[in-house]
This record gives sequence, structure tokens and C-alpha cells, in this order.
Amino acid sequence: MNLYEMTAHRLHDLLARKEITSRELTESVLKRVEEVEGRIHAYITLTPDMALEQAVAADLRIQKGEAEPLTGIPLAVKDVICTRGVRTTCGSHILENFIPPYDATVTEKLKAAGAVFIGKTNMDEFAMGSSTENSFYGPSRNPWDLDRIPGGSSGGSAAAVAADECIVSLGSDTGGSIRQPAACCGVVGMKPTYGRVSRYGLVAFASSLDQIGPFSKDVRDTALLLNAISGHEPRDSTSVDLPVPDYTRALGGDVRGMVLGVPQETFGKGIDPEVAGSVREAIEVLIKLGAKIVDVSLPHSDYALAVYYIIAPCEASSNLARYDGVKYGFRAGGGEDLLDMYQETRWQGFGAEVKRRIMLGTYALSAGYYDAYYLKASRVRTLIRKDFEEAFRRCDALILPTAPTPAFRLGEKVDDPLQMYLSDIFTIPCNLAGLPGLSLPCGFTGEGLPIGLQILGNFFQEEKILRVAWAFEQNTEHHLRKPIL
Amino acid sequence: MEYEPVIGLEVHAQLLTRSKIFCGCSTLFGAEANTHTCPVCTGLPGSLPVLNQKVVEFTVRAALATRCKIAPYSQFARKNYFYPDLPKGYQISQYELPLSTDGYVEVQVDSQKKKIGLIRIHMEEDAGKLLHDLSSERGASSYVDFNRTGVPLIEIVSAPDIRSPEEAAAYLRKLRAILMFLDICDGNMEEGSFRCDANISLRPKGQKAFGVKTELKNMNSFRNVQKALDYEVRRQTALLDQGDRVIQETRLWDAARGVTASMRGKEEAHDYRYFPDPDLVPLVIDPQWVEKIRAGLPELPDQKKGRFIRDYGIPEYDAEILTSSKALANYYEECLRTYNQPKIVSNWIMSELLRELKRDEREIEECPVPAGNLAEMLKMIEEGVISGKIAKSVFEEMYRTGNRAQEIVKEKGLVQVSDTSTIEKAIDQVLAANPGEVEAYRKGKDKVFGFFVGQVMKATQGKANPALVNELLKKKL
Repeated sequence: MNLYEMTAHRLHDLLARKEITSRELTESVLKRVEEVEGRIHAYITLTPDMALEQAVAADLRIQKGEAEPLTGIPLAVKDVICTRGVRTTCGSHILENFIPPYDATVTEKLKAAGAVFIGKTNMDEFAMGSSTENSFYGPSRNPWDLDRIPGGSSGGSAAAVAADECIVSLGSDTGGSIRQPAACCGVVGMKPTYGRVSRYGLVAFASSLDQIGPFSKDVRDTALLLNAISGHEPRDSTSVDLPVPDYTRALGGDVRGMVLGVPQETFGKGIDPEVAGSVREAIEVLIKLGAKIVDVSLPHSDYALAVYYIIAPCEASSNLARYDGVKYGFRAGGGEDLLDMYQETRWQGFGAEVKRRIMLGTYALSAGYYDAYYLKASRVRTLIRKDFEEAFRRCDALILPTAPTPAFRLGEKVDDPLQMYLSDIFTIPCNLAGLPGLSLPCGFTGEGLPIGLQILGNFFQEEKILRVAWAFEQNTEHHLRKPIL
Repeated sequence: MEYEPVIGLEVHAQLLTRSKIFCGCSTLFGAEANTHTCPVCTGLPGSLPVLNQKVVEFTVRAALATRCKIAPYSQFARKNYFYPDLPKGYQISQYELPLSTDGYVEVQVDSQKKKIGLIRIHMEEDAGKLLHDLSSERGASSYVDFNRTGVPLIEIVSAPDIRSPEEAAAYLRKLRAILMFLDICDGNMEEGSFRCDANISLRPKGQKAFGVKTELKNMNSFRNVQKALDYEVRRQTALLDQGDRVIQETRLWDAARGVTASMRGKEEAHDYRYFPDPDLVPLVIDPQWVEKIRAGLPELPDQKKGRFIRDYGIPEYDAEILTSSKALANYYEECLRTYNQPKIVSNWIMSELLRELKRDEREIEECPVPAGNLAEMLKMIEEGVISGKIAKSVFEEMYRTGNRAQEIVKEKGLVQVSDTSTIEKAIDQVLAANPGEVEAYRKGKDKVFGFFVGQVMKATQGKANPALVNELLKKKL
């Protein structure tokens, strides 16, 4: 087995035992990137020089016996997370030349842990999309089928892990942007509870929904990465001051006696039969492992998509106002006056989907519409959260599909935003409620496309999710399959 | 027709916190452009605001001092608009749920007391500053200085309770004094730490409904506020008298021309699309904390005024003026520590000292005569070292040079002459030189006595002790 194919925890063992060096490992990953990146396009910016320097530093640390679980491990970061001195584009033309003078909290933490930064991954512009086709830098491709999308918006981070172009990666999830691409690419992806991971340095799309989370090749690596990035931080007022457990301790238990709820609403409309079949099989596996399955109802989930497409664009319309050509990023020339400069900069600097959402949000917040849209959506959002609270009174976790279909073809939905939005129908309610959720591989279609199983937990109960996911993974082999590239 | 002005004022006061409202940058005024900045206050992608607790404390102080209610639960909101001095494209402010509401400030105009209601006091961040260079080598250029971005402000919105430009000025003076007594604002109008916008409409006397209002901006002194409102009263009166309508609009005060002029659509009809800021959690205020702040409030202008009347026995008019600023009140009390004659000290401050300061447009903080020096001089009058008349010129000299009274008196030989023989000598000379007047006086023309006094004083260059002159003259005549 090549080094680049391995998991972080296995590589950590090899590094700690000095059987390999981080330099060798990093070179192996960089070589892999060279081989396949032309076909995948997982990255917007590669940082091989920085990676090698960090690898050398990591080796020194390992020599001294000071290796942490991620010391010397090559990883990738979604291009919406600020990295000091390395351009951070958010997949947008408007930030094409933006080089942050500071690190996001998660970047700081991973640097302190001794991780090796391979590069910044591709994404839908400002994390708006489900396919990475909205990237100004061109789409990423699904390693399982190069004609298909890797999901989105964190498609680059998911594809990079699936194609072994990094060992683990970070994404961000506003309405499913970690879980849906994880499902499409056959990897593990997790959105932690809102407030678990600091958002400082995460370029905002929808502030009340955004959350950073890990991608990995197995559940243990997700737990390791979550350990490294979680925790309260004073620079993010919405980060929650609760102690962070060692998530790897949640691995190893079984699911005997756990009560898992299956939302009745999920197997209705629009779900691909192969996806439904795989998820049902997964439920059978969990039953065999001793879990108790109960039906639950999330009656307000029907409104989740509508609520999301009010709240998220409203927040986005305000969050994206700072890209005005005055201070940083792209500025259009040739205008007559200030208004011209604003309009041309934003017209040329943003892509169609971003503009669509800015307009939606601006409209919904306008005088006379606020109550009917934003306020009403906020109220329904509360009802959606209450549905979950009700369900979690009876259940330890919820089980449902991650996405209604496997990865679709490039171009298939670009002209039909509504169809595109439906890709996130199973992931959005969790963001609106602020709950943690994880997707892991639970099967493949006849054509060999991965299918994702979604596990949702109660607030700050990531451990229960990880326990279920780990038990499932231990008893199945879906995660071991690799795409042929 | 006779109209009644209806005026409401919006005051923006910069708080004297050391750091900005949502980041740790310094709030110091006058630094080199863009040196007090960070990713948060320049709105870099990914940065997040964190509320400065001191700002909340200062705002609670202002709210308590103006008898406002403190909301147990309040919220920050985003006010969305584009302008180059606003790096995020929105200002973090408070909208639906401000920190405090419903208070009042008591003012006194023409010895009439009146309560001016406060609708709300809320917190917000200041914007940056634009600098325009029309003669730059690259052609006309504009620059942005973000040092001021994120400096904490409170917005204090009065009810439309004000009925005259004089009342407006009195309200502003009082409000500014309160904030300065609280040590939460330096009150500097020129540097913009205390700014005021006004809403004004007219209605026929006796009518309840409000007329159409205009909003006045760009008034950077109390005098300008009053002048702008005076102008607007005249302008609106003329319009209404002609049967024209007042247009609801924003007008800028042009101090040089002494007129208000329409801003004409430049910023017309903004829809700020307020919504709760998702980056900041709702603000929950602990009532015990509020009580702690209340217990630590300093003496406020009205309390101080009451104490001055009670303890020093000075008239209300004097007390009102002496407590109009904390520095002036301190000056007064410092004088009393050396020379405990409250009314005499008050007279000297209110007439001589304030006149000099006003002429030079100086604040009491810039007064060249330290309180102790003034008190020393007053003591010298009491002790008969100098006469009251000489004292006035001594004081002018003290103000001009900053020297102490003793030095000036010594240097110029102004010590009062109380030596009987010197005065008698002068009297003898005067009487000898004016035999006609002596005779007239002796025939009963009392009025001439004043003439003799004047002549004797003249002969002694004003230094003779007037009481002694009187006494000795009577004896000799």
C-alpha cells in the first residue's frame, strides 16, 4: 500500500515508530497530486514548498518524541478558510488575489499540531452550491466517475481525500456542504454542532449556519481531526464554552441498546431507489448489531428547504457586501464614479449563483418583506429545531440518507437551480437546528457510485454519532473501496 | 400664523473606552492613518466581532444617569448600506431590541424646568474617515482611514419634546455634561466625539398633530445647532405662511453661509435592511451588575447643583452655571478650599473668569489661572493687601501671564497703601489745591465728598485703602 492511501492514525503509528518520515509521506502525497490532479482538479492553490518545510519541521518534532496525532500528516483546507500568506479565494473571482494576513483559528490549531498543508481545495463560489460547478476556477471531478460532480460546496476537499491527494481535509457545511460531497465521493465527512468549532477565519456565507468540519478516509480520522479543531474560542462569540471530550474514546463501543430514529419523511419523494435500498440495508446492519430502530417524525422538515433559502441568502447578502472593490480583492476599472465601481466590481466579480442569492436575500430583507420572509422563516426554523428536540427525547441518533441521489453528471443541474437545491434536502434541516451530523459510505450503486449514510445527533453529542458510525464501519467494508484512477 | 417648533435630537457620543467596540484596537484620536486597525475593524473576510464589555458598562452608566430602563435582553443588528468608509458593507448597531429605553433629561430654560424624554440609548460602531486629495499625481484620489472604524458610539434619541432652539441647546449642554460627569465621553464636538442631528417640524400653536419634518445634519457646535434650528424655523415658517409645503428631507447646515441646504437625493430613501447580527449572541444583562454600576455612579450635574445651593448657599442661577461642566465645578470647589467665601468666589468665576475664557473661546480646562491662584488673590482683597478695583487688573494680568497675584502686585507696586501719614499727605495736597470745593462741602454740598475721594485715589494711583481715605477725609473736612 502506498503511503498516500493510508489513514492518518495508521500513518501516525508509522511516524511515531520512525518507520517513515513526514518528508517521505509528504513527497508521496505530492507525487500522487501530480499524477491525478489534472483529472480531479481538487485544488485551487497548491503549497508544496510550504508542505515540505512543514514536513521537515514535523520530523524534528517527531524525533524529539513530541508527535501529536496530526504531526506530519498532509492535509488540505477548503479555500474558504483563511491561511496567512496563502491566497484564499472562496472559489470566487472577486477574491482571486486575496492573501489573508492572518490564520483562521482552525488553521492555527492545525499548524500548532504540526500538520502539513498541501493546499487549498476547490469549492462552489462562497460555498454556494452542491457540485463545485459554481467555482470560478472550474469544477472538480468525482474520483469515482470523472464525468460526475464530487458534490459541493466542499467538493474539492472530498475529492482530494477520495483521490488520495491528501490524508484528511477540512470543509465547511452550511446546508450539507461537507456531508453531501462526502457521500458523493465515498468518504467520511462531519459537520459538528454549531458552536463546537470556531468560525474565526472562516469566510462567512451564512453565519448562523456555517460550521467547519473534517473529511477523512475512516471514522477514527474524523474523530482525530475533530479533536484538533474543536473548542471554545473568544474570537468567535458564537463558539460554545463546553469542554471538548477526546472523540476517539467514543470509538470502540457498540450500538447495543442504542435507540436510532428513522425519520419517516425521508423515504418519500424524490429519493433514488438504489440510495433508499442501501440505507435500508445499513439500517439492517445496525439492527443486527443490537440497535433499536424507531420511527420518528420531523413534520416541519418539509419547510426546511424554503426556510433555508430565505435565511441563508439574507445573511449572505449582508456578509458579501464587504466585497466592494475598495479594500482588497478584485476591482473593476473604468467606471465614472463610486456607484459605477461598486456595480461593475460586483457584476464582474461574482458568479451567477452568488448574484442570485444576494438578490434573493436583499429582497427578503427589504422594508415591507422582512416580516413575511426573514421573520417567518426564523419562526419556522425554531419549529424545525423543536421537531429534532422532540425526536432526541426518544433517540440517541437519527439515521437517514445523506443525499437523495448519488453524484449526478457535470452540467446536469446547472441550469436548474431548484433541482440543484434539492440535493441538500436531507442535510439542510440539521444546519437549521444547529445539530451535528456525519456522512459515511454505506454502499455503491450498480454503476459503482458511492452512497452515503447520514447520522445526526443531539447538540454536542458528536460522540454518539461517532460511536454509531464506527460500529457500522467496523462491520462493513464500503470504506475500504477505492476509486480506480 | 403662529407656529410651534417640534424638535427631536439624535446624539452620537463616542465612548472613552481604550479599545474599540468589537476588537482590541486602540481608540486614540489623531494617530497615523490605518495604524489602529486589525482584520476585524477593517472587515477582512472571515473576521468576527467580539463585544467589548466596557462599552456595555459605559452605556449602562449613561442609561442610569438619564433614568432609562435597561433591557434584560437586547440584540445587535446589522444596518446594511454601501460606503467606502464602512468596511463590512454594514454597520453593527442595535435596532429592534436596544440596550436601554424610556428615560429623560431635565433642562432649565429661562428658569423654567422641563423634562425632555429619551426614546432610547443604543450601542453601535463608528465608521472610518474619507480623505480626498484633488491634486494627487494620480488625479483626484480618495483615501480611507480605518482608525475610527469600530470606535464605540452610543446613539441617544430624544423624544420630540423640544419646543425651541434654546431648549435644544440646553438639552445638548445638559446631556453632554452628564456624559462628561460620567467619564464616558470627552464631549469634544470639533473632533466629533459628540455629534448631533436634529429633526424639526412646525405646527400651528395648539395643534396636536405633527407637521412634516426635516432632518438637519453637519452641525458641529452648540451654537451651530441653535443657529441651524433658528434658520429652519424661519425657513419653514416662511414656506407655511406662503401656503407651501415642507418637504421631508435631509438638509445640511452650511455654517459659512448660515443656511441649511437640501442634500438632494444623494443618500435618498435608504432601506437599511436591518436584521439581527448572527455573529453576536444576544446580550443578557444581569440586574445585579446593573445595581453595582448604579452604586458606582458619580455625582451628576443636578445632584451637584443641589448640593452647591444647599451647602454653599449660592443662588440657583450661580449653581446652574457652575455645574454646567465637571471641570468648572471642580475649579469652583478647589477655590473654596483655599478661600471659603462661596458667593465671592462664584461672582469672580462667573463674571471675570468666564468672560475672559469666552472671549478666547477657551474651555475651563485650558484656563491659565489655576484655581489656587484665584483663591489667593481673593484672600489678598479680604486681607486689604489690594483693593477690589486693583484686583481686577491684577486678575487680567494673572490670566495673561499665568503668574501668581503676589508676584504681579509686588512687581508693579500695587500693594494697597494703608499708611495713615501717606494718605494724610495726599489729602492735604488735594484739599489745598481745591479750596472752592472745600468751601462748598463745608456749606453742606455733600456730593463733593466723592470728588475728593476720587482725587485722593488718583494721587495715590488707586493704591490707597478706600476705607481709610473715607475716614481720614471726613476727619480733615
